Parts: sequence; C-alpha cells; structure tokens
Amino acid sequence: MSTLDAIAVKVEGVGIASGNAHNAVPLLHEIRHALWNLAKTGDSTTIDLTSIPFGPADRDQLLDFLGEGEVTARVNALGETQVKETRYPGVWVVRHQSPVGDELATHIEVTRLPSMLITPEEDLGEAAAQLAADLDMDATDNS
Amino acid sequence: MKDDMTLGERLRQRGVSRRGFLKFCATTASMMALPPSMISAIADSLQKAKRPSVIWLSFQECTGCTESLTRSHAPTVESLIFDHISLDYHHTLQAASGDAAEHARDEAMKQNWGKYLLVVDGSIPVAENGAYSTIAGITNLAMLQEVAEGAAAIVAVGTCAAYGGLPHANPNPTGAKSVADLITDKPIINVPGCPPIPTVISGVLAHYLTFDTLPELDDLGRPKAFYGQNIHDRCYRRPFYERGEFAETFDDEGARKGWCLYKLGCKGPTTYNACATAKWNEGTSWPVEAGHGCIGCSEPNFWDAGGFYQALSVPTGDASNTILGAAAAGVAVGAAAAVLNKRNKAKAAAAHEKVTVNDLNKD
Repeated sequence: MSTLDAIAVKVEGVGIASGNAHNAVPLLHEIRHALWNLAKTGDSTTIDLTSIPFGPADRDQLLDFLGEGEVTARVNALGETQVKETRYPGVWVVRHQSPVGDELATHIEVTRLPSMLITPEEDLGEAAAQLAADLDMDATDNS
Repeated sequence: MKDDMTLGERLRQRGVSRRGFLKFCATTASMMALPPSMISAIADSLQKAKRPSVIWLSFQECTGCTESLTRSHAPTVESLIFDHISLDYHHTLQAASGDAAEHARDEAMKQNWGKYLLVVDGSIPVAENGAYSTIAGITNLAMLQEVAEGAAAIVAVGTCAAYGGLPHANPNPTGAKSVADLITDKPIINVPGCPPIPTVISGVLAHYLTFDTLPELDDLGRPKAFYGQNIHDRCYRRPFYERGEFAETFDDEGARKGWCLYKLGCKGPTTYNACATAKWNEGTSWPVEAGHGCIGCSEPNFWDAGGFYQALSVPTGDASNTILGAAAAGVAVGAAAAVLNKRNKAKAAAAHEKVTVNDLNKD
C-alpha cells in the first residue's frame, strides 16, 4: 500500500451523529461574544484552534456549524493560507498551511477583514517604486 | 550569508514576503502557545532577532529527541527557526568528526563565550568516574561542566536530560543524573518528554530567540506555556470522564467510542505536557486520540511510577470508586486525583512495579 489512506479503517465514535463532540459548543459561545464585542467596540478577536483541546469530531462540528459565506480567498505566502468567511459575517476561518500542504495553524478571526488579506503598508511604497521602474520612470517620481 | 543578519533580514533575503512573515509570526505564536494577540509583538521582536550560537551535547540517550526534532517536513516554521540559529556543534548531525568536531566546539565556545545557548539531551552517568559514556575520550560530566561554564543558558531536552529518564530508572547502574543535578549556577530550562514534541522544543528556542529571555518556568523547571496544564484537563475525552464513561479494555464498546482511558492506566491527570493540543506528526494525532492512555513521559521517574496499564488510583486499593464517585462533582476531581496519585506515584516508585501481561488483561 502506498499511502495510509489506502488502509481500510472503520472508526466509530467520530462525527456529529455520534454525539461525541462536546467541545465545540462553548467555543461557539465565545465566538458569539466576540461578535458582539466587534459590533460594539470594533475590536477584533482571534482564536487559535490549534491550542484548543479538540477531538476529530469537535472540529468538524464547529466548522460545519459555521458553514461558508460569501468570501473565499487564497494567499500564497510561505505556503497557502485559505481565508473563508463563514455564514456569520465577520467570522472568518484562516487556515495556514506549509508549502507541502501540512496544517501549521487554524485561526478563527472575528474581524471585518483578516490581517492576511490587508496589503502591508511597507509594500505600498515599494510597489509604487517597482511599477515606476517597470515603466522606465524614476522610482521616486510621484507626479 | 552574513552571521550578523537579523531573522527578518534573513527571511526577506530568502524571498519571504511581509504577508509570509506575518504568517510565520502567527504560526510561531501558535507554536509558542502564546495568544494570537501577541502576534504583532512577536513580529517586532523577530524582525530584530540576532543569530544565536547553539552547542548541542548528546550524552546517555537514544537519539529519539534529535529524531523528534528532525521529523518535521521542510520547510516548516521549525526549519526556519533552525536555519536561523547557528548550530555549531551537534555530533549526530554535523559532518565533521573526531578532532575537527571537537575543534568546532572549542571555536564556538571561544567566539561566543557567555552568550551561546547550550542544549543537552541524555542523562549524565557519574558512576565509575563517568566511564560509562565518553566522547573523544572526555567523560560526559567533564564535557557538560566545561561547556556549561560559558553558556548563557541551558536547555535540557528530553526526560533523560531533564530528570534522568530511562537511564536513571531503578537500579540506575550508571549513576545517571540530570543536568540540573550537576549544574546549579546557570539558568536551566527543562523540556521533558520521551521524546519531547518537536514544536515544544522549537517553541522554547523560538521564545529565547524572540524575546532574548527565558520563558516562565514551573517548579520542575518546565516552560509553563507548554507544561502549565495537565493532559487530563486539556484532553478532548475529558467530557466522558465527567460523565463516568470509561473504556474498560482496549477493544470494548467504550474504547471504540472514544471514551476516557483513565481505567486503562492513562496518566493524564498527573502529567503536564502539551500533547493534547500540539499533537504529533504535524498535528495528526496523539496517543490518547490513537486509543492509548498517556504514559506520563514528561514527569520525573515515570519509568518507576508503576505499570503503564495500571489505573492511577489502583495502588491505594479501591480508589477507583473514590475517584469515579466523585466524578459527578465535576472539575475539582482532576485536581483531587492528581494529589492522590502523586502520593501513589511515590509509593509505586519505591516498589518499582513492573508491567506484566496481567496488567494488560486486568478486569
């Protein structure tokens, strides 16, 4: 057999139907509080799912419950990062992967726009200079 | 490549974008078990982090700790961290051997005296004047003392270096000692585990690299960020414990449904480590998720703490009823069990109970 996936394994007690996912509901309430906080104060919240003691069923339950919303984005920086807004606007799932696809961290960001999607300020000046250079202009020419 | 480059400069030179660096900091925060709110502080510090010299000494060990560290797929956050440090001596990984290797160690010590980080894996045998383990004709004890003298801090990686580990197990024929038993005038960070989780090893080094300080330690010298809570309190199976649902054997209904492994000897209530959240093999799984109880490998004297398959409460008689009856009372039970079992561990250590086939078949 070439991969672990090729080994037939029957797993019981995993999945929402099993009733064995207990840890997702408290986190959903934490997200609810974070949403109220964002709406009232504008303050963002980030929850690191990697640091939560989740079993296989817990994460499935959480992500199934949050569902998918209008926005999906992929960022190619040091491997792929997938950014998805859930069916609750302002609640985003941000998955950081290594260049070979291994999961590095998964964050729930309760914010208007996740930081990975915002162009870094320092890049703006460099981009203008680069574009000018590509147009055979003086890099400092902002006329 | 210039040796005085900061980590930020090094990453930029490799073509890592600012978004890539932000991602690097986010995953480093996760690796260091720090809250996401620390990401910007980590970014500021890592941008300026200088390249530290690291001397790694391997003594009475099985190389499992180095294996653990090098199992990660490149390029990961760990590999970026380790590409940044200057690993000047590691006799398992370095190309040089014999006199050339020892010369490299001498040079690194001279050039970075008082500033280098010393990493040790393996215990140090002191019986028979240290004759049980030597490198280049130098006893482990003499080499440790010599290198420790010029170190800024010492990281004892693995349970052998931190507490003596397997070589220290009764009857300890080599007189194995931990680093902290022998070096008392340097800051020491214990990173126990048999082996430790790779992200915990690199997380500790990342903390030193990022903040140029040692992380906050518990009373056994372990970083609280990773060892601050016990396995039981962070276990995803904990709700089953609260409900009194236990696997009784490794193939019964409870085992198949993923119930609590307490009665099968899980040492989660008395073991402090990050396995429940950091997991193993790129976050794939960990022993309890695979259906086997924790064996307590990050605790002192875990080899002598009774059978791996004996429930923690067994040595004091019918303590399982005491624990299980109290389970209905809720969270406080974990703490009660921990207190009870610390006492039991000491008793079991004195008796040096061995695991037998009967332990595996207990009713």
